[in-house]
Amino acid sequence: MDLVRFFVKRFLRLLLTVLIISTLIFFVIRIIPGDPALIIAGVDASAEDIQIIREKLGTDRSLPMQYLAWLYSIIRFDFGNSMISGESVTKLIFERFPLTLTLALMGISIGILVAIPLGVMSAVKRWSLWDYFGLVFSQAGMAIPSFWLGMVLLLLFAVKIPIFPLFGSETFAHYILPALSLGFGRAAVILRLARASMVEELSKEYVITARAKGLTETMVKYKHALKNALLPVITITGIELGYMLGGAIIIEQVFSLPGLGRLFLFGIYQRDFTLIQGGVVFVAIVFSMINFLADILYSVVNPKIRVE
Amino acid sequence: MIAARKSQTILFSLAVLFLLVLVAAAIAAPLVAPYNPTEQFLSKRFKAPTLENLLGTDNYGRDVLSRIIYGSRSALIVGIVTVSIALTLGGTIGLLAGLGSPNLDSVLMLFMDSILSFPTILLAITVVSFLGYGLVQVMLALGIISSPVFARLVRAETLAIKGEGYVEAARALGTPVVKIVFKHIIPNILGKVVVQCSIVFALSIVTEASLSYLGVGTQPPEASWGLMLKDARNYLVQAPWLAIYPGLVLALTVLSFNIIGDTLSERLNPRLTGSS
Repeated sequence: MDLVRFFVKRFLRLLLTVLIISTLIFFVIRIIPGDPALIIAGVDASAEDIQIIREKLGTDRSLPMQYLAWLYSIIRFDFGNSMISGESVTKLIFERFPLTLTLALMGISIGILVAIPLGVMSAVKRWSLWDYFGLVFSQAGMAIPSFWLGMVLLLLFAVKIPIFPLFGSETFAHYILPALSLGFGRAAVILRLARASMVEELSKEYVITARAKGLTETMVKYKHALKNALLPVITITGIELGYMLGGAIIIEQVFSLPGLGRLFLFGIYQRDFTLIQGGVVFVAIVFSMINFLADILYSVVNPKIRVE
Repeated sequence: MIAARKSQTILFSLAVLFLLVLVAAAIAAPLVAPYNPTEQFLSKRFKAPTLENLLGTDNYGRDVLSRIIYGSRSALIVGIVTVSIALTLGGTIGLLAGLGSPNLDSVLMLFMDSILSFPTILLAITVVSFLGYGLVQVMLALGIISSPVFARLVRAETLAIKGEGYVEAARALGTPVVKIVFKHIIPNILGKVVVQCSIVFALSIVTEASLSYLGVGTQPPEASWGLMLKDARNYLVQAPWLAIYPGLVLALTVLSFNIIGDTLSERLNPRLTGSS
């Protein structure tokens, strides 16, 4: 029963977050000094042209009406048409999103596969070579900007030693370097958390009890402690996956991948306001949904949280 | 453990040293930079590093080292301004939430959490795309976006300190709230705030570089590390040094801030220094 209540509570929070982000976007666009229609139309546009653009944007109506129309469009998941190409923004987004999602999923997989074993080993063998390696890795991961890493990887593995293709998105090989650049920095964050969490678990009383009753070290560490240590990692992995959707924007630019990020950037260069606001709200919804799922998953494996 | 502590002290000193050099270079840029960062020498485009141009030249024959030195100016300014805006805005909101009514607290924190629950870079690009491209706009956007971190920190600490005996005693004696804030709350949270400042500082430098890389941050011909990397992307095969050096300096700067932040937070946390 309390699982259901928790679920409903978190779902309401998800809706609230999306509502707030949508509202912020709406007002940010309207608060900015200057009429967007004038910016879009350019200096030598006629009054008629400007009026047409206003109608397209909906800025000819009163502010509360615009706001309601905006919320209604989000509920219907219809973000209007691109102001440049006239195509449906929702359609454009769904065409590009699979690539970005693939990239983010590959990135997070690399992050998890590297970070969790390394983080756990660092915690089990503290101040060992493993731990130092983990420390250097996490510091490097947090300091090296993903887009620069992408450029260096291209330089090394596509130019100097050409094992990977330089630009493009046709084959699986095209995704490996971008996913690595994306995953490296996030792996550092997961590693730090995994290590800290494992260190904390190993110092708890039940570990001492388990040892006292004669369980083998392997059982104590990898069966009892590890299971609990991985709990907080679930939450951070959800958050990191969301951040990767944002990080993908810049990585797609480095590797010329035609994903959501490039679509979004294109919208920004062209001042395609409907595309920009649709894109932001879409990412906000996806991001909140990922966090919501991570929360639910976390509460399923850790019943303690539901009582809170 | 003692060896670890020693190596941490060495790393900390190195990080401080690096940042001091960077700050000195930024301030004395016209004196230490060998060339004018925006002057073009079209006769010597794409020169690999030599004694004449220590880190090579770019597609306009501009000196890479000089551009990196001048780029440190925008990087540091971004960090300083962003942290100042974020600290002022976030700190005020955090104090209001911590000291005000529970309703005010909920509303303020809801807004802060909503901003926090969104990828920074995407939010920054969006805000900048509406404010217009440029360094000032980037700093403003980053300052606002970074404020929730401070708001959360200050609020949590304020709530914790508010319940302490000595603060309750001060209140009972009729000490004005403003005085309690300045005498008891601020000194108590200063340590954690400083650590957070170093993290936000590093993050804002990376985000500015990312935005400039995407073409919506610092505009040419100004020198910025992100902008240099943006240009370098087109000449990866021809002139790899264009991509390597600005990125290296950027990474080292961020690393230094992270090391300083980590060391400070460990030293300031008695629980961590006390145990094993």
